[in-house]
Amino acid sequence: MRRLLPLLLACTGCGGLRMLDARGPHVARLRSLWDLLFLISAVVLAGVVLMMLGALLRRRGGSRAQVPEVEAHSVPPGGEGARPVDPARERRMGSAVGTAAVLTVVLLFVITVANASTGAALARLRSPDALEIQVVGHQWWWEFRVQDADPSRNLVTANELHVPVGRPVVLKLNSRDVIHSFWVPELTNKRDLIPGQQNTLELQADRPGVFKGQCYEFCGLQHAKMGFVIVAEAPEQFEAWRNQQLQPAPQPTDPVAQRGQQVFLQGPCALCHAISGTDAAASTGPNLTHVASRSTLAAGTLPFDRGHLAGWILNSQSLKPGNNMPALTLPPDDLQALLVYLESLK
Amino acid sequence: MKPRILLGTLVLLTACEREQRRFQELPAAARPAARDVQVSELQPGPVAAPPSEPAPATRAASEDNAYDVSEGKRLYVWFNCAGCHAAGGGGGMGPPLLDAKWRYGSEPENIYATIVEGRPNGMPSFRGKIPDTQVWQLVAYVRSMSGLLKKDVAPGRSDTLNTRPSESSKARETPRPEEVEQPR
Repeated sequence: MRRLLPLLLACTGCGGLRMLDARGPHVARLRSLWDLLFLISAVVLAGVVLMMLGALLRRRGGSRAQVPEVEAHSVPPGGEGARPVDPARERRMGSAVGTAAVLTVVLLFVITVANASTGAALARLRSPDALEIQVVGHQWWWEFRVQDADPSRNLVTANELHVPVGRPVVLKLNSRDVIHSFWVPELTNKRDLIPGQQNTLELQADRPGVFKGQCYEFCGLQHAKMGFVIVAEAPEQFEAWRNQQLQPAPQPTDPVAQRGQQVFLQGPCALCHAISGTDAAASTGPNLTHVASRSTLAAGTLPFDRGHLAGWILNSQSLKPGNNMPALTLPPDDLQALLVYLESLK
Repeated sequence: MKPRILLGTLVLLTACEREQRRFQELPAAARPAARDVQVSELQPGPVAAPPSEPAPATRAASEDNAYDVSEGKRLYVWFNCAGCHAAGGGGGMGPPLLDAKWRYGSEPENIYATIVEGRPNGMPSFRGKIPDTQVWQLVAYVRSMSGLLKKDVAPGRSDTLNTRPSESSKARETPRPEEVEQPR
């Protein structure tokens, strides 16, 4: 049991989307706003519940002795059914309602001010040396374009994004088909990706780590399987990753991988996917230039390994029904060669 | 009496498969003749080796399925058919697809052969590039452009700006053959 407990504790953190773990300055501001709202809501809820319990448990008739008896058949002065007015009671009720109304207005005002000041604080975090990354939502995967002042250093990748620790990142969000929503709970709030409109979202990671993200706007059949990964790492490591991703895919030297490349280029793969350094330059599917450097397959659906890759190529529809990758029929030798080639695309 | 007719129609509609999305099912084969023939020397990408054994052709029941036709409409843009035949099929570098004239036949098998084998004067051969199921989806969409499909199956609207009435409101053209221009 003692051994199990740390394991269980560790597992509560693994895999999921951790909404309350702020790992960056932006989301830390949101976290303090969240704390304030939680506190206010908890106090209001507790107050309301206490009042209700008091009303339920209070003995009736405590003040009845002072109220003059009303004759059964006479009509009281206030009209049919009206109770006689007790001025002290009226005052008490009036002051209670007045206090509650004032308290409500004050609390709402506090929330409004806190909300606006959080927004202003987030706006102050904007920085001119932020790294610009274009995010394009597709059914059902993410395209990331890391921008640079030098256009030849613009980088295209999919479903896995590396960011430097300690440097603000500006995400320019857009969509190719329907409305998606970008959310990495540990690093940012949510923001929609709307076709034909550019939305902006900032994030910054304060420490290295791997953060899961997820589409948060229902976008079709495989909305749930539209995840991505953000890897925050030290600036040197990020530059190394960027330079490595900017390289064209290496020409295969192994004959099996060479055949795999031919299968890729002559077969249907090249009609949708791009591998830089080859003739394949289509952009309707994820860019596969460094596909083997990613940890997941099919937008966070599967781990990247040969078995899952083979299953995905042969019958992706059984793994993620409705996605735009058609089932392919390949002879076993061609498939093996293709797998070897794709795995060589580090 | 009327509610009964309505109810009957509704029951009939539940039986029709126009909305069914067959992601995995490969429909029964109807192998068109001369599948391995390549008429055009043009093709996307490097020259494909001739297939060692012909893959089983799958004739999707696309013609009656609204999902398949809309998939065909998406692929028509994705595979750049629109690059020559124009986004609505009005024609440009390639011949228009929404009129009554057909150089190589209007039957699904003819259009399949045109896509897979290519045609002289510019139509590339997409053999081995497009999976069979998707070729049949394209065939269904191409036929919908000249109103040859049922109106409840043809796409009713576009995802992009409409430049012409939708395929479902296209009047049915009567296909007639057109003389093929000879290369000079």
